[in-house]
Amino acid sequence: MSDEIRHEWPLFEVFVRAKRGLNHVHVGSLRAADHRMAVHHARDLYTRRNEGVSIWVVRSDDVTASEPGDRDAFFAPSADKVYRHPTHYRIPDSVPHI
Amino acid sequence: MSFDDAYAALTDHQDDTRWAYGTGFSDPLAGVPTDVPGGVDAADLTAYCLMLGDDALIMSHRLQQWVTRAPELEDEMALANIALDLLGQARLLLTRAAQAEGAGRDEDDLAFRRDAADFRHVRLAERADADFAHLVARLLVFVTWRLAVLDGLRGSRDPVLAAIAAKGVKELTYHREYAAQWVVRLGDGTAESHRRMRAAMHAVWPAIGELFRPHPVPDRLAEAGVAVPAAAARAEVDAVLSQVLAAAGLPPPTATDGGATDGGAGRDGAHTAALDEILAEMQGVARATPGGLW
Amino acid sequence: MTGDGERAFTQTLERDQRVEPRDWMPDGYRRTMIRQIAQHAHSEIIGMQPEGEWITRAPTLRRKAILLAKVQDEAGHGLYLYSAAETLGADRGDLTRRLIEGRQKYSSIFNYPTLTFADVGVIGWLVDGAAICNQVPLCRSSFGPYARAMIRICKEESFHQRQGYELLMTMMTGTPAQRETVQDAVNRWWWPSLMMFGPPDADSPNTAQSMAWKIKRHTNDELRQRFVDMTVPQAQALGVTLPDGELAWNAERGHYDFGAPDWAEFKRVLAGDGPMNARRIAHRRRADADGAWVREAAAAHAAKQSRAAGQARAAEGSVPA
Ligand SMILES: [Fe+2]
Ligand SMILES: [Fe+2]
Repeated sequence: MSDEIRHEWPLFEVFVRAKRGLNHVHVGSLRAADHRMAVHHARDLYTRRNEGVSIWVVRSDDVTASEPGDRDAFFAPSADKVYRHPTHYRIPDSVPHI
Repeated sequence: MSFDDAYAALTDHQDDTRWAYGTGFSDPLAGVPTDVPGGVDAADLTAYCLMLGDDALIMSHRLQQWVTRAPELEDEMALANIALDLLGQARLLLTRAAQAEGAGRDEDDLAFRRDAADFRHVRLAERADADFAHLVARLLVFVTWRLAVLDGLRGSRDPVLAAIAAKGVKELTYHREYAAQWVVRLGDGTAESHRRMRAAMHAVWPAIGELFRPHPVPDRLAEAGVAVPAAAARAEVDAVLSQVLAAAGLPPPTATDGGATDGGAGRDGAHTAALDEILAEMQGVARATPGGLW
Repeated sequence: MTGDGERAFTQTLERDQRVEPRDWMPDGYRRTMIRQIAQHAHSEIIGMQPEGEWITRAPTLRRKAILLAKVQDEAGHGLYLYSAAETLGADRGDLTRRLIEGRQKYSSIFNYPTLTFADVGVIGWLVDGAAICNQVPLCRSSFGPYARAMIRICKEESFHQRQGYELLMTMMTGTPAQRETVQDAVNRWWWPSLMMFGPPDADSPNTAQSMAWKIKRHTNDELRQRFVDMTVPQAQALGVTLPDGELAWNAERGHYDFGAPDWAEFKRVLAGDGPMNARRIAHRRRADADGAWVREAAAAHAAKQSRAAGQARAAEGSVPA
């Protein structure tokens, strides 16, 4: 709040688990004075239509992200590991349920 | 996404699993028998449902007046949610009152075509809020009390009332949390917020006594296993309020029960000018259009 | 590095992929995006007022609940959008200040008054309807957070339009006076609704750049035509007349011909001289000012709490649910 222009409450990132069995997915952000308020606000804002069973909030300034420019170093090495992908394995159409 | 039909295009995202839309909307009264249970006086049940329904209707109206005026957009959402929940409770209860009355009226007849003296809510519900501190003070007292009452009603011999209470308890638990957190924040926050919160608690305090004033309708129904006696919620409300006040660093207001003796109670239709103002606003359109369909 | 970034940006657009917040992007793109998202967010928030005035006066409890839920949705839309703008480095407090100081615009439609409860129905039908036409293509906007916010918003908007139309259908079966108020509301809102798509293409200097950046997918006139074509049969089904003598089916074009809105009025209203501009902004400014002590108190309380908790904060809520 030293800088007059800044909004009084910090920014939080919100993650919602839509159903049991799914991951928490990032849905957006909101402003709150503290973590507890952030969870409350997330409930009102992002799960108004019963879209969630669980909510995480994380202060935006606590998130460390990879640099987009580092994409090659971070993610290219996995691109050649084609054997990790199910489509790598050719199985005749006659074999069911696989 | 087809440009030719903007509306059909909205369904393109239907299988996007990030949003699980609209799966949990269920009728809280599905399969609940609506006959008045044997040995229960229908007029008493009508009157009791009106009391609880009017409490929620009028409190919701005051919350609706905060829409577009909240201190922050996130609180806009929260207050609207609480107003919607209470409105939902009011609709179920007024509908139950109309059923028990059996005079062919419905929720809208009861909400829009009754005069002030026929309303049965406690006067706490109709008070105007001078600022956000007054709102959260009033909300804390109101929902703490209502939660205690509805919690007791979950075991009501009237299955409709029991189902309404079961739904309401979940909602009110959240409302109480919201209000309590704000009372603590404002009590603890800054010198100004502390001063305002303290003034608000002081202003609301005299209206508390009326909540627990014995009344023949709930007391009779309590004996029939249908209602909660008016005085029953007192211990829990006192305990919660003193816990929240302590956490907020607020001294307990004195002047307890000041409202109990100054000329009747809302439960008997004795209201303040604030209700006339509310009804003029709430009922104006409906009454100006006899035979109107909406 | 900028060269690489620029190439990646161009490639992303060419492949019709989304630009994400931390990607390199031209300054002009960032500025345009922030401005567009902010104006859109402001429109949602200011847009709460015309209908919000009728929540407490709704003539049935069902309509009251519907309207309250709808106006609440608009607050949510504003929040989703401010949230998208903040991913570009904008600050909501700053954007709000620009709004209440009149430095940033919002949709001109909300500067018209709501005179009767029929206006609630007509706003749902025409104004939310026009908004949907504008917004559905934005679900494919090149900026990822904006596109994702729009998907969510569009889903919620479809309920807004339907509830409005349903209210009008019901009112049309009511008293003769009710039918008159519906027609009167249609007369007042029709032209402002057409203005929601913005000035004619010939008069819309930014459209070409926005289309190239895939911020915009269709021109103002294309969208306006689409809206008219969709609305005319709905008006017929409802039994109201759209107040345009030039409205006629053109078999050759396969579209309805229609008259031109009063663009001088549009410019006046956009410039701040509409019937309700001053009141809308004053209302927002008052809410912001009245809430300042509350926001400050919450921040002060949070600061005290985190000081008291000290290092213990790291442990708080750190266990995945
Ligand atoms: Fe919206
Ligand atoms: Fe809308």
